[in-house]
Amino acid sequence: MLPFDFEYYKPASLKEAIDLYQTAAKNRKKPMFISGGTELITLGRINLVHTEAVIDLKDIAECMVMQFEGDYLVIGSTLSLTKIEETNHFPLLTKTASEVADHTSRGKITLGGNICAQIFYRETVLPFLLADSQVVIVGPSGIKVSPINNLFHEQLQLGTGEFLIQVATAKRFVTAPFVSIKRRQQWDTGYPLITVAALKIGEEVRVALSGLCPFPFRSKKVETLLNNREWPIEDRVNSALSELPGPILNDVEGSAEYRLFVLRNLLHDVLEVLGAS
Amino acid sequence: MKSQIIELYVNGDLRTVTVRSADTLLYAIRGKLGLTGAKPGCLNGDCGACTVNVDDWPMKSCLMLAVEAIGKNITTIEGLKKTPIQQAFVDNFAFQCGYCTPGFIMNCHSLIHQHPDADDKTIKEWLGSNICRCTGYAEIEKAVKTVLENQ
Repeated sequence: MLPFDFEYYKPASLKEAIDLYQTAAKNRKKPMFISGGTELITLGRINLVHTEAVIDLKDIAECMVMQFEGDYLVIGSTLSLTKIEETNHFPLLTKTASEVADHTSRGKITLGGNICAQIFYRETVLPFLLADSQVVIVGPSGIKVSPINNLFHEQLQLGTGEFLIQVATAKRFVTAPFVSIKRRQQWDTGYPLITVAALKIGEEVRVALSGLCPFPFRSKKVETLLNNREWPIEDRVNSALSELPGPILNDVEGSAEYRLFVLRNLLHDVLEVLGAS
Repeated sequence: MKSQIIELYVNGDLRTVTVRSADTLLYAIRGKLGLTGAKPGCLNGDCGACTVNVDDWPMKSCLMLAVEAIGKNITTIEGLKKTPIQQAFVDNFAFQCGYCTPGFIMNCHSLIHQHPDADDKTIKEWLGSNICRCTGYAEIEKAVKTVLENQ
């Protein structure tokens, strides 16, 4: 039960969703799009989220697709992580998504909800950053398609009244060799410490991280240093660690020093598994 | 308070219930329908005590609004009658205080239905969604495996 009231809308089309948002915004109801809606409940119950108009995108057909179209795999934003895992079209995404929260919760958490979440982990964005995917976004000015690496800076840069419809990924990335590792401080079920996802394209290793900084990221600088085969692996990892963005998280899940210790080992593991060492 | 009258399909019956949009499914089935089998625990999606089945999949009813459940097929622990997993919990002493039991049974019931050939990895992945403070995990795992083996 949430400590505030809101109007609940379940539009059946993109246009209806956009119109509902604009009307609610005009009436100062601070509208909020939801998909799985888990953050509305978990953050709303402790007053970290407030809205007077909830627009639930789950019934919009374009947001529920999961199919290959030409050279691309297109995945809708309101599909649950469980559905994406069970279908397993994109093994790196399956592996990364399967480590989010727990199995039952993943039946409610959706791809779009996780990518656009307020909680800083947002792990499911990592495979798409690595695969140079395209995001399909709709808003008051219509539909636009953009490379995710142009629009994702710490979080997906959405304008007022815009929401994510689909993510499209070229087939050659979907089938590329990968590794995805989540480290927790406690057992197999504790909260995440660091998640690393990596793809090998040709001889190049791409790496994206969640849980290290208060945002997920992929760094070209870090990748360039990790791929410098003229250096011994220790130097490549050391130089990569010196080019990380900041700040490094320092919280109850792990100190900044501990996170860097774990990351050093993770980077060694990634290079070894992908045969880049 | 902005209330509305909705219909929920629960345990095979269409039930009329007055809810706020902000009410969770857990609150509606316990407070409005008197189905107190689903237990309030963390109310944050962490413990699994409130697990019910929605369209035959496990769902933490504290993480779902009642209005989101319109048109869905909801099954609570009260809707299970003499199922193999209930008997297996008794036979294997798969509970102590019993508070987590309805949530565990609903999760196990769905697991057996969705993955009748579930391996150890799948069982661990699914059951990781529920917490038993009495730590009766070994007996719960045994109960699930008993049902899977007998199928």
